Amino acid sequence: MRTLVNRWLMQGWFKPTLFLLCLLPAIWLVFGAVTDNLGANPAEALLRATGDWTLRVLCLVLCVTPLRTVSGLTALARTRRMLGLFVYFYAVLHLLAYCWFDMGFEVADIAKDIAKRPFILVGFAGFVLLTPLALTSFNRAIKALGARRWQALHRLVYAVAVLAVLHFFWMRAGKNNFAEVAVYALILGALLGWRLQRRLRGGLLLDWLRSRFGRQIERPRLPAGREI
Amino acid sequence: MLIKSHADGFQHAVSSDITPHAVYNRRRELLKGLATLAAGSGLASWAERAAFAETRWGARPGKLAALGAQASKVAGAMSLDKVTPYKDASSYNNFYEFGTDKSDPAANAHTLKTTPWSVEIEGMVKKPGKFALEDLLKLSPMEERIYRLRCVEGWSMVIPWVGYSLAELIRKVEPLGSAKYVEFVSLADPKTMPFVGSRVLDWPYAEGLRLDEAMHPLTLLSFGMYGEVLPNQSGAPVRLVVPWKYGFKSGKSIVKIRFTDKQPGTAWNKAAANEYGFYSNVNPTVDHPRWSQASERRIGEDGLFAKKRPTQMFNGYEAQVGQLYAGMDLKKFF
Repeated sequence: MRTLVNRWLMQGWFKPTLFLLCLLPAIWLVFGAVTDNLGANPAEALLRATGDWTLRVLCLVLCVTPLRTVSGLTALARTRRMLGLFVYFYAVLHLLAYCWFDMGFEVADIAKDIAKRPFILVGFAGFVLLTPLALTSFNRAIKALGARRWQALHRLVYAVAVLAVLHFFWMRAGKNNFAEVAVYALILGALLGWRLQRRLRGGLLLDWLRSRFGRQIERPRLPAGREI
Repeated sequence: MLIKSHADGFQHAVSSDITPHAVYNRRRELLKGLATLAAGSGLASWAERAAFAETRWGARPGKLAALGAQASKVAGAMSLDKVTPYKDASSYNNFYEFGTDKSDPAANAHTLKTTPWSVEIEGMVKKPGKFALEDLLKLSPMEERIYRLRCVEGWSMVIPWVGYSLAELIRKVEPLGSAKYVEFVSLADPKTMPFVGSRVLDWPYAEGLRLDEAMHPLTLLSFGMYGEVLPNQSGAPVRLVVPWKYGFKSGKSIVKIRFTDKQPGTAWNKAAANEYGFYSNVNPTVDHPRWSQASERRIGEDGLFAKKRPTQMFNGYEAQVGQLYAGMDLKKFF
């Protein structure tokens, strides 16, 4: 079964199909805007929807590695770059919607708004952190950076996930309406937690801390017979 | 001689003989109408708007029972702005008792039961009591008022309300000298309002005004809009409309009006005191902590790519209400 799904995922049509699926929300929004089907406040609808889809694709891309590891579907790794770039795509649309519909492209107003409002600042910081990841997504960049450095850089996506949830939380905070925020926080929390737990169990975190901060950090004594 | 003159013994008729009597009697309105057409909205403000008000927003939507009204004579009550389409005004609402999404109230508020309805008047008044809706409807002649509505979220509409000044009711119940504030309590019925009980706000929804604000002629007790009774999602059967304050100050589906000497706690202020003050006057110079209040998007009118329009001080009602806040630091009392 696993090999079957793996082979499936390796098929030539798989990635184009995924591409179209990821593009579907954007197509639907453009269609809605053109046909005036986005309700009484289309600007707000576009701003919110692009933000929602950024978060959703972010959840998806962070699912890839856990799913691959747990299920052994190694071919899933092929989807990671595309999904990651779609996160950036929707983030760019979200930022564009804000700059255009909310701010009328007034650069001075935008700069003031980002500096003044923590909720905008956090969202913008997330976008800024995503940018180098999008810029180094192609093979030559990976080679130029070296796999280790590239990987270290791309761990920024964890920070982006935290910032994205915080941005959403803050946006909803004024209305005490956290149900949706909680859903994303739970999903992203679980996905980050899975990674953290693996590192802790693997002792990698300790190794890393030790390499950083010297030998003050003791490896915890493990129960007899348990190996790392 | 083609051109007749006095010299020929021709007596010229006076203009009142030539012009049909009905038209002659309306000559001022006609002149005003011409001026309005010719001068456009810029110069037209001096002209009486009554002649045009009836047709300003087009035909009645025909969805609910008609509620007739005369154009209001209250200063500032007849905005010349383009009226928002009924479709938008009745589908894009904040009414958290029916859900937090702006499409929720229109989808869910059909469960609201508006008959029988009564409004309890209590607290510091000489004549407390319960007013049946039917009595409230008859208490004073219905007026149409075209008000701008500015939501704290940064959008606005222009709505032709039907109702009368809240002051008419207040005078009937005779507030005591000690009364300084008025509290407005909305219905909170978990059986018909699915989101009452959600933790977003304290229920029932309560709002408040200073007594002088409540007595201001622009403060409207509204029973209808667009020539019909209020749709449920807009706060049927009776609501408040305070046009110079952010929309949330105008409580919907009112069941109780209480007169007090202490500033009442208000729903949004209790939920986030740093974001929503008691006064919440529309003020482009005092930003919401999370967004600017300097501009607004007019629903149904400003296109997707149109720039937002600047927000006016007191939502454009400064001439009428500015004196209520003379000497007050509006940054502090936001």
